[in-house]
Amino acid sequence: MSEAARLDATFHALSDPTRRAILARLAQGDATVMELAAPFAMSQPAISKHLKVLEKAGLVSRGREAQRRPVHLEAQPLAEATSWLIEYRKYWEAQFGRLDELLAELQKFEAMADRN
Amino acid sequence: MPFGTPLSLTTPTDTQIVIARGFVAPPHLVYACYTQPSLIRRWLTGPDGWTMPVCTYDARAGGRYRFEWIGPGGDGTLALTGDIARIDATRYIDASELFDDGVMGPAYRSELRFALEERGTLVTNVLTYASLAHRDMVASTGMAEGMEMSFQNLDRLLAAEQGQGRQ
Repeated sequence: MSEAARLDATFHALSDPTRRAILARLAQGDATVMELAAPFAMSQPAISKHLKVLEKAGLVSRGREAQRRPVHLEAQPLAEATSWLIEYRKYWEAQFGRLDELLAELQKFEAMADRN
Repeated sequence: MPFGTPLSLTTPTDTQIVIARGFVAPPHLVYACYTQPSLIRRWLTGPDGWTMPVCTYDARAGGRYRFEWIGPGGDGTLALTGDIARIDATRYIDASELFDDGVMGPAYRSELRFALEERGTLVTNVLTYASLAHRDMVASTGMAEGMEMSFQNLDRLLAAEQGQGRQ
């Protein structure tokens, strides 16, 4: 998957509040589907459907134990997604910082013009 | 408008991002910095070390603007074309923007408002994308809100995973 496609899958997976809550729970440790379904008014198949989306985005993986198959949070795609978001804000802060300086300079010229 | 406040990034709908920032200067000067190529090139230069060798701006309805950025040492380029649908000098610009080569996905709408405030100008940039996935690909700010609660857990987890990777 390309970097853009991977980010797309990550953000799609994160766009749902139930999936975000599942990730928050998994950040505390691995859990079974039954454990994950407990806090939600949802059936296990509904939770499994959300897990498939998260798994496809590489955000979670499933253990091999036949019965429990614990769900594990994979940190790397999230780290990529969040660092990208932080970069977006930093990017605009840097642009606007330069615009502040330019506006201060232009205002000096206007003040000079007013004095003449 | 308090000076030096951080810019505000919000997501009022599933397909929008709103970037707002106050400037201590009157609207006509801020507007000039957004529409005069010689001024645009001095601040909208992209990431650190990047420059904007090509900048044109035809500030009228039906007019077009073109920004081309180049990375440090000529490595990397990024280019954007904007088509202006409506423009009201010093107050409002409504344009459709598209990056070259499919970077940032399909065209999106960029509306800019320059509002006179007590101490200067409030610039509001409303970006409207084709879909939720498109918006979140570009700047997922909705995630920032939604994920806030889990970030602290996540930070701890990432620190732990990185610690493991180093062993």
